[in-house]
Amino acid sequence: MSSFIALIRQDIALAWRQNSAGLSISFFMIAVALIPFGLGPDLKLLREIAPGLVWVALLLAVLLSLESIFQADLEDGSFDQYLLSDTPLEILMLAKGLAHWFGVVLPLVLTAPLAGLLLNIDTPSLLPVCLILLAGSPAMSFLGMMGSALAAGVSRSGLLAALMVMPLYVPVLIFGSSALSQILTGAATSDWINAVFLLLSIGGAALFFGPLVAAAGLRAFLK
Amino acid sequence: MFTYANPNRFMHLARRLTLPVWGLSLACLSIGLFMAFSAPADYQQGMTVRIMFIHVPAAWMSLFVYTFLTVSSIFGLVFRHPLGHVAAKSAALIGAGFTLITLITGALWGKPMWGTWWVWDARLTSVLVLFFIYLGYLAIWTAIEDPLQAGRVSSVLAIVGFVNVPIVKFSVDWWNTLHQPASVSRFDAPALHSDYLWPLLVMALGFQLLFFALWLLRMQTEIFKQKLRVRRLGLVETSNGTAG
Repeated sequence: MSSFIALIRQDIALAWRQNSAGLSISFFMIAVALIPFGLGPDLKLLREIAPGLVWVALLLAVLLSLESIFQADLEDGSFDQYLLSDTPLEILMLAKGLAHWFGVVLPLVLTAPLAGLLLNIDTPSLLPVCLILLAGSPAMSFLGMMGSALAAGVSRSGLLAALMVMPLYVPVLIFGSSALSQILTGAATSDWINAVFLLLSIGGAALFFGPLVAAAGLRAFLK
Repeated sequence: MFTYANPNRFMHLARRLTLPVWGLSLACLSIGLFMAFSAPADYQQGMTVRIMFIHVPAAWMSLFVYTFLTVSSIFGLVFRHPLGHVAAKSAALIGAGFTLITLITGALWGKPMWGTWWVWDARLTSVLVLFFIYLGYLAIWTAIEDPLQAGRVSSVLAIVGFVNVPIVKFSVDWWNTLHQPASVSRFDAPALHSDYLWPLLVMALGFQLLFFALWLLRMQTEIFKQKLRVRRLGLVETSNGTAG
């Protein structure tokens, strides 16, 4: 248990010091800000495509951060220490996933609705938008860590991880953006609250299977 | 299953099976195509209905091959079957091919029938995702050099990716899609006239045999490649030994 907490604290401290969250947030903001340059500054159009746009940019930002979850550990040999440790590898992987969620995805999701202002989303909608993104965020971390672990140790692992994770992100993208468009068209809370539960249950399944798959993948790689 | 764990024994069997399986497959495909073209044109769809005889068997195969790939991966990863990973790898490219054929023929059929090459409905989207999963699986094999390591890592991905197979199968029932629901594999009688059902079944058998023929060929190539690799490594070691 102590190594579990120590690992979380270490990873969050690392993420903080390397400014991983800051980089992801900047990437996300720039990606969103680039779209109006391509499409033209039509606010009505931007508002219409905002739900999908926010989700896609968010998932891309998370994909870029995935490489960092395991890369350093494999390079400096910490990973062999995990294998030798008394704590099961699956538990340590859970710690890695939680640290990634807390250190990178959570700050990203909390600041992402601000980008909504660039896309003409009105301020009262920002809170529900944040809620939807928050509900999808555990799935982003824990589905992402599967791909990251499977690709770890390969050169250009970021690209490979992205290729493997993108199909898994599809349900999150579908339910997430359909809920966002419902919010933006002024649907009642009862209409989109189901999507929140759906996203949370995807996240719950990912929370369970992510560490298992990541541990299996890394064992497969190292054995 | 484990009788043929020995690559040499498998190769012996594969060599004897390859030609008959090829012959049967080509026979089924030619008979099936003949039946397909002599079937009456549909009163609504006209000639385009014949696309079905390629599209539907290819779609069935795309799911069958992925299931086959997952089962082989489990045999490789869990039971350490020596040919499990080779079997999975050999199936993957063929499965990706069937999936691509499904997507292309579907687009060709969709244009005259639905008026568009592509719609983002659940069936089409999930098949596209299946294609991407095949690509991700193949990417691991190209990225990791050591076949044992690549086999283990790719089988974990194969098992994770299997989630998508029931989604593809049942997407037409779970969501209200433009793509029609299953008309052959139903609990009651198939909703397809026998003029169409028979050519379809013969074609499906032909596709199935075609998969096995291609798979046997790829298996043999793969085993040769691995033998070659081991021999090359051995040569390097002996030459190092004499030098040192």
